[in-house]
Amino acid sequence: MSIDKNQVKKVAKLSRISLDDSKLESLSKDLDSILNFVEQLNKLDTKKTEPLTSIVDKTLEPRSDKINDGKIKDQILKNSPDKNEEFFIVPKVIE
Amino acid sequence: MEKEKFDYYIKTEKNSWEVVIGLEVHAQVISESKLFSGSSTKFGAKPNTQVSLVDSAFPGMLPVINQYCIEQAVKTGLGLNAKINLHSIFDRKNYFYADLPAGYQISQYKNPIVGEGLVTLDMPYGSKKIGIERLHLEQDAGKSIHDLSPDNTFVDLNRSGVALMEIVSKPDLRSPSEVNSYVKKLRTIMRYLGTCDGNMQEGSLRADVNVSIRKKGEKKFGTRCEIKNVNSIKFMEMAIDSEAKRQVELLESGKTIEQETRLFDTKKNETRSMRSKEEAHDYRYFPDPDLLPLELKQSFVDNLKKKLPELPDQKKDRFIKKFKLTPYESNVLVSEIDISKYFEEVIKNADIKLAKNWIIVELFAVLNEKNLDIKDSPVSPKNLASLVNAISSGEISGKIAKKVFEIMVETGEEPSKIIKEKGLKQQSDPKELEKIVIKVLGDNSDKVSEYKSGKEKLYGFFVGEIMKASSGKANPKLVNDILKEKLKK
Repeated sequence: MSIDKNQVKKVAKLSRISLDDSKLESLSKDLDSILNFVEQLNKLDTKKTEPLTSIVDKTLEPRSDKINDGKIKDQILKNSPDKNEEFFIVPKVIE
Repeated sequence: MEKEKFDYYIKTEKNSWEVVIGLEVHAQVISESKLFSGSSTKFGAKPNTQVSLVDSAFPGMLPVINQYCIEQAVKTGLGLNAKINLHSIFDRKNYFYADLPAGYQISQYKNPIVGEGLVTLDMPYGSKKIGIERLHLEQDAGKSIHDLSPDNTFVDLNRSGVALMEIVSKPDLRSPSEVNSYVKKLRTIMRYLGTCDGNMQEGSLRADVNVSIRKKGEKKFGTRCEIKNVNSIKFMEMAIDSEAKRQVELLESGKTIEQETRLFDTKKNETRSMRSKEEAHDYRYFPDPDLLPLELKQSFVDNLKKKLPELPDQKKDRFIKKFKLTPYESNVLVSEIDISKYFEEVIKNADIKLAKNWIIVELFAVLNEKNLDIKDSPVSPKNLASLVNAISSGEISGKIAKKVFEIMVETGEEPSKIIKEKGLKQQSDPKELEKIVIKVLGDNSDKVSEYKSGKEKLYGFFVGEIMKASSGKANPKLVNDILKEKLKK
């Protein structure tokens, strides 16, 4: 598998990372070599192996359905770059 | 009753097109707190007051799953006759939007908690089975408010992290009315189970609608378009109709359909492309490293199964068998759990046949007119039962009962009190009635002679006059007996 400049651009856009065009070339190369390295794993036969979703041999610990959080509006809004008394404020999002 | 035939095809000069529909219904889970945090889920609170550090995705916060939400999803799965997966996994669905603070939604991708199931619809052309593909648990997003400022969007995270069940149907639906029936059926089942309140105004139930078309008789599916976030059944029906027609026009003019996400414009009654969402569709799912696999024990599922309430289909069958209702009547009475409770309460002490008619005809008309839920009915089940009993015991006639009912609706009073106060009790004293009959016949002696000389149609006239003279209170059966007797002489 190889990764080209357009794919790097797309991934950057999806992740909202701004990317200087001058860096595209070197980044593509880096990512490509990383992927190629990881690609070695494909040589292994994993037909009979379930995909690993967790490395600890434990299952999910649930909590009971109790309200014991929230009501911290001021703390929540505190670090927002833009806000008013009640809301987070962001640039207009139009559908 | 003769069965109607299914007939929803889009017919043009050249072709008859079949419409294929699949639904992704998002149903908000009824729970006190959110899926992965302890904030309240209550609707209508002040903005951002029900938000924890987890819901707002502060760095380092870890999600902890709500046991009750798991139960709710399993119960719903059982209600949909579906396979419960004892092993399921939570994944991150990545997309960038202002009301999704983490930049990903915790959802289930390849291993959902509930697998394939089945829902039965009662259509005018017979019952139809709709396959369920899966049901998975996921988080709801926050709410963006666009109309408070011309330059900015305001974000309220109260809804962020509330548990949703996404119920995905197989592409088994074929018309807007089947979709109508399917969504209502899901809603009824979830309300019976107490897993989702189904309140569409508050957004507790919304759907993405997948629509494609193919020529009648064709086996292969066409290219589908997904209409996002439709929040009322009426709009779903309108959106499907307009989208299907758009696709027919495209194909018949030699063009192709592009698989895309569309939005339904309710004012223009048309769908339009949401190109902005296309790129975001690359969700890059991967297992959420913050959450371990969810393992359920079979005994846990069996326990929930044992505790399931009677579901709409079972209740419907019981009503038909036990109370001799028609399938139609039974359907109406089980359509909401509160209606079925009301019905069963009334018939505890009253005649079933009379009671069902009074509920389905008179009570529903009033509730409809006043736009009330049966829970808020001005006429309590106990009072309706008394009214029905007053009719069956002959205390009042059916006609007077309607008058009493009107007053009950206005005042909420007991029928016995109204009958007494307004003097509406049926006159069943033969001596009193005889006096009235004699008086009416005496006042109309000319008509009596006409009757006796063969003009038998006048019989109805005499009955009418007698009823009038008694202000409608005379017992019709007794009047009949006495009148016949008197006219013989």
